[in-house]
Amino acid sequence: MEAVISKFESADQRTAPQRTGVTVRAREGRLYHGLLTAAALVAPAILVLFVGVLVYGAWPSIRAFGLSFLTSSVWEPHPEREQYGALPFIVGTLISAVLALCLAAPFGIAVATFLNEVLTSRWRSAARFLIEVLATIPSVVYGLWGIFVLAPWVSNTLQPVLARSLGFLPIFGPPYEPRNMLCAVLILAIMVLPIIVSISLEAIRAVPASYREAALGLGATRWEMIRVAVWPACGSAFAGGCILALGRALGETMAVTMVIGNGRRISPSLFAASDTVASTIANQFAEAPSDLFTAALIEMALLLFLVTLAVNVLARWIIRPSLPGAGGRS
Amino acid sequence: MQLIIRLWLIVLLTVAVGCDGNGGDTGESGSPVRLTGAGATFPKPLYEKWAAQYARMHPNVVINYQGIGSGGGIKQITEKTVDFGATDSPMTDSQLQKAEGELLHIPMVLGAVVPVYNLPQVKRPLVFSGPVLADLFLGKITRWNDAALVTLNPDAGLPDRPITIVHRSDGSGTTFIFTDYLSKVSPAWESGPGRGTTVNWPVGRGAKGNDGVAADVKQNEGSLGYVELIYAANNNIAYGSVVNAAGKAVRASADSVSAAASLKDIPEDLRVSITNAPGDSAYPISGLTWILLYQQQADAAKGKALVDFLWWATHEGQAMAAPLHYAPIPAALLPHIEAKLRSVTSGGKPLVSQ
Repeated sequence: MEAVISKFESADQRTAPQRTGVTVRAREGRLYHGLLTAAALVAPAILVLFVGVLVYGAWPSIRAFGLSFLTSSVWEPHPEREQYGALPFIVGTLISAVLALCLAAPFGIAVATFLNEVLTSRWRSAARFLIEVLATIPSVVYGLWGIFVLAPWVSNTLQPVLARSLGFLPIFGPPYEPRNMLCAVLILAIMVLPIIVSISLEAIRAVPASYREAALGLGATRWEMIRVAVWPACGSAFAGGCILALGRALGETMAVTMVIGNGRRISPSLFAASDTVASTIANQFAEAPSDLFTAALIEMALLLFLVTLAVNVLARWIIRPSLPGAGGRS
Repeated sequence: MQLIIRLWLIVLLTVAVGCDGNGGDTGESGSPVRLTGAGATFPKPLYEKWAAQYARMHPNVVINYQGIGSGGGIKQITEKTVDFGATDSPMTDSQLQKAEGELLHIPMVLGAVVPVYNLPQVKRPLVFSGPVLADLFLGKITRWNDAALVTLNPDAGLPDRPITIVHRSDGSGTTFIFTDYLSKVSPAWESGPGRGTTVNWPVGRGAKGNDGVAADVKQNEGSLGYVELIYAANNNIAYGSVVNAAGKAVRASADSVSAAASLKDIPEDLRVSITNAPGDSAYPISGLTWILLYQQQADAAKGKALVDFLWWATHEGQAMAAPLHYAPIPAALLPHIEAKLRSVTSGGKPLVSQ
């Protein structure tokens, strides 16, 4: 950038007195300033526009159903008695994302700890690369794997075992559908794992060596050192990573819609076909039979957008004090 | 900075190469007439085959069809972003009112929706009746050895296992034909879920597209779903016969579907439902699929190419339907179609060549 400015300057100096050079420089500065400001304003403008368009599109549904949209489980597209309630989809979204997080979070933190504390640096970068590759796999590929590998395994192997041993619990009880909530939970858990591992690993690496040395100096074993000195220093980063992962899980569409079974009901069983907000929008939008139906889908999009936005803001707020150069160092 | 420049160069090169690939083949044949259509996925394999065959006979006409679904086809032709739309469920009166100009429904071919199931131990095709199908999809019949199914299939050896229902998760003309039929044969279905491209399913799980339902049923034993005949045939899935209005169990085929469309009373606008049709040999879950076009065509060259193509497709083109498991348009319907195509004009002049 400076090279460009100085070139202009020198070209000017050849033909004009010194003062003009300064004015050109100032003008250049203003130009760049303006351009950069405009570019920076585009992003938030798009965000505002987004919300505006969604609210506008959802307005017929907001006006027709009000708050009952959030509490009703009736999804009735029949033209004479149209009524839409998003509760089954909201519940499905929350359950799938939260359960996936419950599986992925302990596992992800354990993996990150193992990578940093046990592996040598060469193996660590190889393993880390492999885990991060998980994040680059397109979600439709996860979905296909889910249909052909995961869902059959769940319904033929896992489900009979759980039904026999724990079938008295409603969450493992009937109905037994071959594509179900549990498939979606497992696939989401795998998909969000790289996020949790990456953020946890960064945080664990940022724990000052002096913490570890102090713990070891007091006679701690390696495990005690991790428990007493490393993990407590990473608490907020772990939480932030989990919430970012939650945001990803809430919005995931393709892989979920391929394995969750798309049943529009609330069921206590993990083996029942369920549905999420994102998957319903993807399934139904192209063939929406009426304007009110479209508005209801847009209102669901608005809800999803606001929830993921809130989740991400929360994550950033939690994560801020502990990212690289952690607060503990000072 | 350098990295950004390098990335831009890669993007520009890719675009340049891409353009070159596209530009090369169209440059020679003068200025071809390009027709764009969008809509139903069910007739897509046939429309694409027609387009390819027609382009071979008329190198100056390029037809591009996108299978985005019936609802999408109706939306796009209403907004005039395509030259023709396509749908499996006729447009409703309120949808027609939204279009600026008179939209015509041209029946192109017929299809059948068949009940597909996965029961490896049952060797012969099962027989279903309309009321039984409705009870199955209402969740009133839940096991394969239910008395109602055994009565229809006394020797099939139906197993004692739960039935899991698979329906469409997306809106679909296939669903419209299926639920239209169920509404005609079951009062409980009509007052319950009713007919539509998407309905409030009381039981089951959803799968996207005909191929999604076919794959789901094929993968999971004990499942029952519904797909267009072509998808059952192509995927080698067992499909049942259905007892028709005359009380005969009929298996879906080109003949039994065409028989369903051999109606005496054909409405003037050709928006006709042929489910539960009378006649001993009529397959009851049959449906038409339509191409939608405006009666007044803005562009005479395009309009003429379109009308000529539709004329060819509804006449010579029908021979290509049966090998793809579609049923050809019955003779009774053809004069009505010809009259519709003759009525298409541009600037007051009729466009049809015949």
